[in-house]
Order: sequence, then C-alpha cells, then structure tokens
Amino acid sequence: MSRLANCFAELATQNKQALIPFVTAGDPQPDFTVGLMHEMVKAGANIIELGVPFSDPMADGPVIQAADERALEHHVSLHDVLDMVAEFRETDKGTPVVLMGYLNPIEMMGYEGFANRAQAVGVDGVLVVDMPPEEAEEFSVIADEHDLDIIYLISPNTDAERIALINARASGYLYYVSLKGVTGANTLDVDAVASKLSEIRSISDLPVGVGFGIKDGGTAQAVSVIADAVVVGSVLVKQIEQTPDNANQIKTGISTILQEMRSMMDAADRSIV
Amino acid sequence: MATLMHESVKDYYQYPDERGHFGRFGGLFVAETLMGPLRELREAYEKYADDADFLEEFKQDLKHFVGRPSPIYHASRLSDKIGGGQIWLKREDLNHTGAHKINNAIGQALLAKRMEKTRIIAETGAGMHGVATATVAARMGLECIVYMGAEDIKRQEANVYRMRLLGAEVVAVHSGSRTLKDALNEAMRDWVTNIDNTFYIIGTVAGPHPYPAMVRDFQTIIGKESRGQMLKQANRLPDALVACVGGGSNAIGLFHEFLNNREIAIYGVEGAGDGLETGRHAAPLTAGKPGVLHGNRTFLMSDNDGQIIEPFCISAGLDYPGVGPEHAWLKESGRAQYKTITDDEAVEAFHQLTRVEGIIPALESSHAIAYAMKLAAGMDKDKIILVNLSGRGDKDMHTVAAREGLEI
Repeated sequence: MSRLANCFAELATQNKQALIPFVTAGDPQPDFTVGLMHEMVKAGANIIELGVPFSDPMADGPVIQAADERALEHHVSLHDVLDMVAEFRETDKGTPVVLMGYLNPIEMMGYEGFANRAQAVGVDGVLVVDMPPEEAEEFSVIADEHDLDIIYLISPNTDAERIALINARASGYLYYVSLKGVTGANTLDVDAVASKLSEIRSISDLPVGVGFGIKDGGTAQAVSVIADAVVVGSVLVKQIEQTPDNANQIKTGISTILQEMRSMMDAADRSIV
Repeated sequence: MATLMHESVKDYYQYPDERGHFGRFGGLFVAETLMGPLRELREAYEKYADDADFLEEFKQDLKHFVGRPSPIYHASRLSDKIGGGQIWLKREDLNHTGAHKINNAIGQALLAKRMEKTRIIAETGAGMHGVATATVAARMGLECIVYMGAEDIKRQEANVYRMRLLGAEVVAVHSGSRTLKDALNEAMRDWVTNIDNTFYIIGTVAGPHPYPAMVRDFQTIIGKESRGQMLKQANRLPDALVACVGGGSNAIGLFHEFLNNREIAIYGVEGAGDGLETGRHAAPLTAGKPGVLHGNRTFLMSDNDGQIIEPFCISAGLDYPGVGPEHAWLKESGRAQYKTITDDEAVEAFHQLTRVEGIIPALESSHAIAYAMKLAAGMDKDKIILVNLSGRGDKDMHTVAAREGLEI
C-alpha cells in the first residue's frame, strides 16, 4: 500500500480527517523548508504538499505567486526541491509528501528522470496544475512505474463525465478546489461544497480533499465534517510573507494555525452528517 | 528528418486534431478550473465557424469597420534598389487601428456577443491588441478590461491613453517580470474568477485549444485576400512569403492559405534582439526548446530548470517567450523556415522602407522587411516575395527617436 493510501486508511480507522498544509519549497530561504516540514508534522499535519516554484504560476493568486518569486530569488529548482524531500525523509519515513507545481520544470527534467529521482527520495504524489488527464497519458505510465500517485484537481464546474475521466487516472486522493478562481480567494460555501462532494463520491472511491478558502480553525472544521482531507495553503504562506526574515516567528505562526485547525477538526461534531 | 516529415504530411489543413494538437505541439495544458470554460468556448466556436449569419456579420465588419480588403503593393523602388527579387507588401498597416490585430478582435468579440458575455478582457504587450480590443468593445458596447505589464505601461503611454479614451480599464500588472507574459497570466486569473459573464480575447495564436486555431481562422483573411490580389495584379502567386513572428498571428494569417502550395517557400522571422549569441533575444523557435507554457506545448525560452526566460527585442510585439504551437509544428515538419533579425537590422529596414517607399512600418513588421531584403538580394528579378506588413510604425516613433538620442 502506498504511503498516501496507508495514511488515509489509518485516519479512517480513527475517524479522523487529513490535514494537508501547502508551502512553497524554498520560501523564504532554501534552508528553511525541511525544518518547517517537520514543524508542520508536529503541529498535526498528516500529508505535506510542497510547491515547486515556477516563474509563471497562472493558476495561483498573488500570495502563492509572491512565494514562488521569493524562492526563485534563490534559484530554487525542481532538483533542489527533490533534495529537500530527501533530507526530510532522513528522519521522517512516514508522512506522505506531494509535490505541487507546473509542468514545464518536469518537462525540462524529463518525465523519466524526474520520476526516478522522485521515487528515490521518497515523494509519494505529484499534482501538476496545468496537466489535465487528457494530456497526462505518457506521464501516467511513467508515474505508475515509479509508484507515484497523480493527484488531480476537480472544480465546481467539472461535470460528472469529467469526474469519471479524472477518477480513472487519479490515485492517492482527489483535490476539490471549492471556489472558482485562483488560490487565496475568499469565502467558502459549505453547503455547495457538500453537494458537489456527494456527486464526486457517487463516482469515485478515492478520498477527497477540499482546498481554496480555508483560513482558520472554523473553516477547517466545517470542511472536515464533509471531506476526507482539508488542504490549507495561502493562509500559511501569508505568515511567511509577513515576516520573511524571522524564521522562528514563521514557524510559530504556521504551527499555531495548524494546531488550531487540528484540534477543531478533531473536535468536530459529526453527528449532523 | 524534418524533410521526410514534410513529404509525409499530406494535408496541412488537417491540424489541429480534435484536442488541439499540431503534431506533438499545442493541446490543452490548463488547470481544471479552465477546462469547462474552454469547452464552452470550443463548442461555441465550432457552432459559429460554419454559421452563415455569423460569417456574414464578420465579413461586413471587416469591410466597413476595418476597411478590408487591405491592398497589396509592389515596393518597386525598394526592389530596384536591392536589384534582386521583387518585394510586394500586404498592407495590414492600413487597417483601422493600424495593424492586423483588429481582424481577430472583431471575430472574438462577435463570438462573445453570441455567447451572451457582457465583459471582455484582454492582455496586451505593446498595446496594439489592447487598442484593437478596446476599439471593438466600444463599437459593440461591451465592458473592457485590458491587462498590461507595469513595465509595458511605462513604455507605451500613448497606447494606454488610447485604450482609456476608448473606455477600457487598463490594469497594471506588477507580478513577475511586469511584461506581456505576466499580463497573460493575470488575464487568465481574471477569466477563471469571472467565467460566467466574461470572454477572454487572446491576441495571438498561442494559449490553450481552441485559441490557436480560432485566432488563426480569424486571421486567414490576410492570406485569402493575398491569393486573389496576387493573381490579379501579378498574374501569379508569390515564390516566397515572409512575416514576423512573436506569438505568430500575422504570420499564420498569411501562411495558412498557402501551406498546401508547396512550391511557395515560407519564412517566419523572429527577433534576435542584441544577437542570438548574447542571450538577449526573442527567438524561441530558433534558439529555444519545446516545453509547456500558457496552455500549450511549443518552443519556449526556458532555462534548464524550466523557468521562463524574459525575452528581449526592440519591438514589444515580438517580445514573447513562447510562440504559437502551429509555428512549432511548421518548423518541425519543415514546411516553414524560421530566421532571425537583430534590432539593428530591423531599425535599418524601418528607415529604408520609410525613405524609399514612403511607408513607415511597425518595428515588428520591420523584422520581416529586413529579412525579405536579404532574401531578395539572392534572388532573380522575376521572383516575387510577399511580405506581411502587419502594422504601421506610428506607435514606434519614440522608440526609434530614443535610439538616435532624440526625445519626442
């Protein structure tokens, strides 16, 4: 069983949901990320999504783009991100790590070269924002050979036919982006999310994570009642944006947010479902 | 290999396939949030591409609003001066708003109206596509927002003012390198967020399917008119076609009509900026490599880590790190050849055409003129080169003046 499948199976036996923080690798400094990953696991994270910096992050909002720009000032490359995962794995063998980014850096490294290295360092899944399943035929085969799960996004306007197509290609979990728009956008309509999730679940047996619009313990709790995983990104990256020169303050800020989310998720009343 | 492929391609009009692929290029590389809107656009375009009323309205606007057909003109003094092949010009510079961009802007705006979208967005580099879009939006009573890099806004104040006069809101983009590619990123974000009422008018033959095919189709009027005009005025088709290539819409507009006429040589001209060897250029087809950006697989200016390299060229309209996927395919199949012209050569051609023919070309088009002059020099006098004079040079006065130490 893959680390991701194992993680969700174990959480299910405890009637818990996964907390998945996202940070951009190398933000604000390349040597900061591995320590932060460990810190996030301590604060209650079950899976870590690590952003691979890209010069043109079209699907992201200003907060994540600024994070990419900070990392790129230090020339953080896909190779560097894979090295960070290798270092993380020296002491953490269990927490799944998913790389999230855009296709061009992987194209330049070559699918085979990337998959080899990703498997070797202990990457569990890959979410390529601008690679829909229709364009993923070649990559799917190679990822599969290297035991890499491919995580796909589902959006509010993804219809049943496409959900089935995505489900056929996806493994690990599905990532439902609960808002139209880019990362970091506002407001979350829990009822609308719940009804879309039941549609997704009628088609797929994969765990479903929900992201976009989760900013505090309250929204994390509300989403945890209806989803298998809660993905949180922009609110964490904002902590880095506010004090990029103060590593301790960033770690404390991010830990505090994750701890609050963890405790409110675990305390959620699920009887209403 | 390229030549073999060229011979094996039976029909250049079979591209793209139903998923937007030109050989291994093109496609639909976007986030899931855009898959729905792009399908809606594709279905609408497929419906109206064969709709007689739609095509008639497009034709009427091209005639009465744009002033088509644009003439072709034998640049005989320039040709005599070179003493080789004859240079003919397709005068897209005479269109309303001064360039070929308006053809596509009208086509997409008419489609937006059919799709009942009330809000138009666009990206622009030099401002020509932004001006064309703002013009059409004013003409049709649509709200218009134009995204433009903060650096480009500084360089193109006059066009920014034109767009504002036309009622468009010009939004400065401060992210990334603050130029065209960042404006495109920002327009995509707006579109994802405001899908319900918004139509995104992309200005070139790049982007995700169906944009490369749709923008091409709206621009093929250039080549179609040229065929008839050449036969009428010169009693024959040209021996070679030349056009500048940034994203590549004016070039594909001229080339497409003649792709299956294999005896006609086709040359696209990229901006070599300070020279290819300096790294400061805008020539992805000549000096780049295949990759994925802005929704399609194509030749890109990318470093080995996959980060996009900022292009460099005197003409903002060629300043794009990618290129339309059909050009990538035409290069790989061997049907078209891609050459480069430096800033210095383009400015020299700008002066030549201005002084010898009384036509002030856009700096983009000056790249095509410069290459055509080189090509003509090695040709017999009975050969004909048709150059797409894609835009007029009014917008470039301050750039050329500044290069010569003048401020105007």
